[in-house]
Amino acid sequence: MLSSTKNTYAKNEAATWPIPNYWDIIALALVLALVLGFGWGASKMMGQYQLGKSMPISLSPLDLPYYALRTLVRMLIAMVFSLLFTFIFGAWAAKSRHAERIIIPCVDILQSVPVLGFLSLAIVVFIGLFHGSLLGPECAAIFAIFTSQVWNMVLSFYQSLSTLPKDLREAVSMFRLSAWQRFWRLEVSFATPGLLWNAMMSMSGSWIFLVAAEAISVGQYQISLPGIGSYIALAIDQKNLAAVGYAILAMLVVIALYDQILFRPLTAWAEKFKAEQTAGENLPESWLLNLFQRTRLFQYGVAAISVMGNNLINLPWMRRKTNFTPPKPQETLFRYTSLFLWYICLSLTVIFAVSKISLFIFSEITWNEVQHVVFLGFCTGLRVLILILISSLIWAPIGIWIGLNRQLTQLVQPFIQFLAAFPANLFFPIITLLIVRFQLNVNIWVSPLMILGAQWYILFNVIAGTTALPQNLHHAVGTLNVRGWLWWRKFMLPGIFPYYITGAITAAGGAWNISIIAESVHWGNIHLQATGLGSYISDATAAGDFHRLLLGIVVMALYVLTINRLLWRPLYRLAEQRFQI
Amino acid sequence: MQTPLLQVINIKKAFKKRGAPELLVLDKVNFNIEEGEIIALLGKSGSGKSTLLRIIAGLVKPSDGQVLFYNQPIYSPVPGLTMVFQNFALLPWLTVLENVEMGLEAQGVGREERRKRALKAIDIVGLDGFESAYPKELSGGMAQRVGFARALVIEPDLLLMDEPFSALDVLTAENLRNDLLNILASSATKIKSVLLVTHNIEEAVFLADRIFVFSANPGQIAAEINVAAKHPRDYQDLKLRDLIDDIYTLMTRPADAKIPAKMAKAKTISLTYRLPRVEISEIIGFIEKLTEEYQGKADLPTLAEKLHLEIDSLFPLTETLEILRFGLVSEGEIELTEQGKLFAEADILQRKQIFAAHLMSYVPLARHIRQVLDRKSDHTTLEKSFLSELEGDLSENASEEVLETVIDWGRYAELFAYDYNTGILNLENPQ
Repeated sequence: MLSSTKNTYAKNEAATWPIPNYWDIIALALVLALVLGFGWGASKMMGQYQLGKSMPISLSPLDLPYYALRTLVRMLIAMVFSLLFTFIFGAWAAKSRHAERIIIPCVDILQSVPVLGFLSLAIVVFIGLFHGSLLGPECAAIFAIFTSQVWNMVLSFYQSLSTLPKDLREAVSMFRLSAWQRFWRLEVSFATPGLLWNAMMSMSGSWIFLVAAEAISVGQYQISLPGIGSYIALAIDQKNLAAVGYAILAMLVVIALYDQILFRPLTAWAEKFKAEQTAGENLPESWLLNLFQRTRLFQYGVAAISVMGNNLINLPWMRRKTNFTPPKPQETLFRYTSLFLWYICLSLTVIFAVSKISLFIFSEITWNEVQHVVFLGFCTGLRVLILILISSLIWAPIGIWIGLNRQLTQLVQPFIQFLAAFPANLFFPIITLLIVRFQLNVNIWVSPLMILGAQWYILFNVIAGTTALPQNLHHAVGTLNVRGWLWWRKFMLPGIFPYYITGAITAAGGAWNISIIAESVHWGNIHLQATGLGSYISDATAAGDFHRLLLGIVVMALYVLTINRLLWRPLYRLAEQRFQI
Repeated sequence: MQTPLLQVINIKKAFKKRGAPELLVLDKVNFNIEEGEIIALLGKSGSGKSTLLRIIAGLVKPSDGQVLFYNQPIYSPVPGLTMVFQNFALLPWLTVLENVEMGLEAQGVGREERRKRALKAIDIVGLDGFESAYPKELSGGMAQRVGFARALVIEPDLLLMDEPFSALDVLTAENLRNDLLNILASSATKIKSVLLVTHNIEEAVFLADRIFVFSANPGQIAAEINVAAKHPRDYQDLKLRDLIDDIYTLMTRPADAKIPAKMAKAKTISLTYRLPRVEISEIIGFIEKLTEEYQGKADLPTLAEKLHLEIDSLFPLTETLEILRFGLVSEGEIELTEQGKLFAEADILQRKQIFAAHLMSYVPLARHIRQVLDRKSDHTTLEKSFLSELEGDLSENASEEVLETVIDWGRYAELFAYDYNTGILNLENPQ
């Protein structure tokens, strides 16, 4: 980032900003508040904790800001670890062919493992690790949030690195940047826009699992960590509708805040990393970023940070040495033996793991039950597909209608983004109440819960697809007088197909993951359960039955993988090859 | 005699492919670069000249041979040697200043010193006032100036340039070439020599002291030409015009012309010949232009200038005409054959018939595809089978290009039909 105020053709706003810079004070207050809040929230994690000790959660709305802070701190810590994990494993996969062969399929599988499955396993490990400390359950919760954030970030980073333009790679090695310099100057920079977008999606997605991750109830463990999630869990337990309302309100505020304070400035700032040669129409703006760029004090701050960043990138001992010696002829025999051993070890590990898992599962469970679980998976899968179909029928026409109207699009789009980020499970109690009140069929009416949060991806992508259709195509179709069904069939539907498919895939993934929460809902002592794999897993979790839990997770992962391979991938490829404009 | 700045010794580059003979891109390339000269590597696209430049830069490893820079072998990019790229290769997230500083950062130059030297380099290339601009704000010409500054600032002895003007429009390129000469002539840099890769004959003659003309398959130096004229050179200088004509002649002479046996004058090609990537509309337009304005016979340098075609687009066209026996090229001239003239006068449907006949007679691949389709009972086949046949002799990319070209031509001639979604070739017309 450049701190000096050079003359350019663009009007330099920093230079014309009023001199007695009272904005400095506002910005300073903001930063101090953020730092203090984060530190305070984090310090609360280190308390004593004994198993079985209950942590009192109060339903008073006055305590909500504190709970929100605790929750936010957990999410941000998880995000930091996600980034670290991404930088290490994404880069490793992109740079080593042998690592790529393992990491990418692993991430693909882990992505389809339901997030709450991780939680049940993590809680045991972490409580054992941090015995007698609050850090145990905290780490378990953070780990669960981490698993809901990290996979798509790794994939995004890996994909960016594998599509690095050749001439940039050549230029960077021609100017002899070291691997360290190259990583920051080229690779991370190039991946930033995609990574940021995926981080935002991850943050939105992880809210939903927060409720479950904070109010942990696995077998004999009943732990409620102070946070919005526990607050909601308690409100549901006590049938306190007002408290649920407060929680929804608090959530709205929190999401709006972190969007304004964290992601809006980041996206506006990340604009410069986009490689497109022309400037886009609608550049994201952020009042906060503007504020910071315009305040004098913060210009010094930013300059100092950029100097620090530069020094980090240019660490002397990370510098490249000139190499006048011929490259060592690779000792082929050694290389091949080590590779051979590596793959042998790997396959042994896989065989060992698979046999251990199946032994573990089948030690308790009969083949008949496995068949039953597969059937349950089929029920859930059917539910997901039908829901995608129904929400497509509803939202595709609405999305197209919105997309065709530019002004409306501008108005609605931030709204939908917001809805997608909102944890839909906060509304579960309301629907549960309705089902109970009207005596509805649980198997059918629990289903909408699964799609409540995910449907917005369909709407969002359809709108984006409609606006992306070039204006001249609209004109051409208009002059040919194409109307009615023909217009839909030959123009609109093929036109938005790639976007729609992206939306549908995202929505389906979300629905699978949420089925664990959605197929088994509580309201006080009322417990509604639908037939499906989700409720099977949540039952197993509650009972602390690891055999059935593992079986459920494996079956669900297999279902998701199979449907991805057989349905979504081919459709996606078709969209890419035939309908890309 | 002092040691040369750079020695290229017996460079060979071959790409290995599984289950196929290796593809020879460069073979037996030898030359020296002395201090104080500008050298142009001139060749058609695909002749391996860019690969050679990357081998010299240390970006690509040769299969055999060595490059010595100040008598030291080059295995990876070394200081004292840097490159200007065809598409600028500026990092879009760094400002002009930061882009220029990049090479100094890698050397570990301190912050103050770095900034001072970068500002000076930006000054030299005339971009004062754009230090804080991002590359996407700059036009192509300005972006390439940043490319120059980025190279100048690390004070190289030898500057490598990979078609540095080919992504720019004519006027900007002209302007930039002049400025480059001025910068080199001034004492502002320590650059001793320049190695320039280009496919623009005029550019090579205008800039270089020595020109190496490259031949393709495998890439080799076919001729070395000294340009004695002093800078600044004038394009209208008759001596230079003659030289340009000579080079055109040289580059259009058949590759095996050294053997003056009873070679047929027309071009005969094999099944896996690398067909030039030329579209039907270009072929037709070119033939029409030749008949209407040049009575079927034209001088290639004049043609290139009038049609604003660089040899990169002109030579594929002339080659196509030769392959299809619509034209004959010799000594820098192209002349339409009787068939070519007939084609020019025909109407749309007749043209297709003539084209189909020539395709069947003179392009073995087209004939082969048609025969396979005729032989099959359902008259359908997958394009993949031909692709693998081609890959026996050509690289993967080249095979795809050749197949695409022949499918284009075949569809125009209505020799066969093709379905994009399935990759199936057949004899039917679409319903």
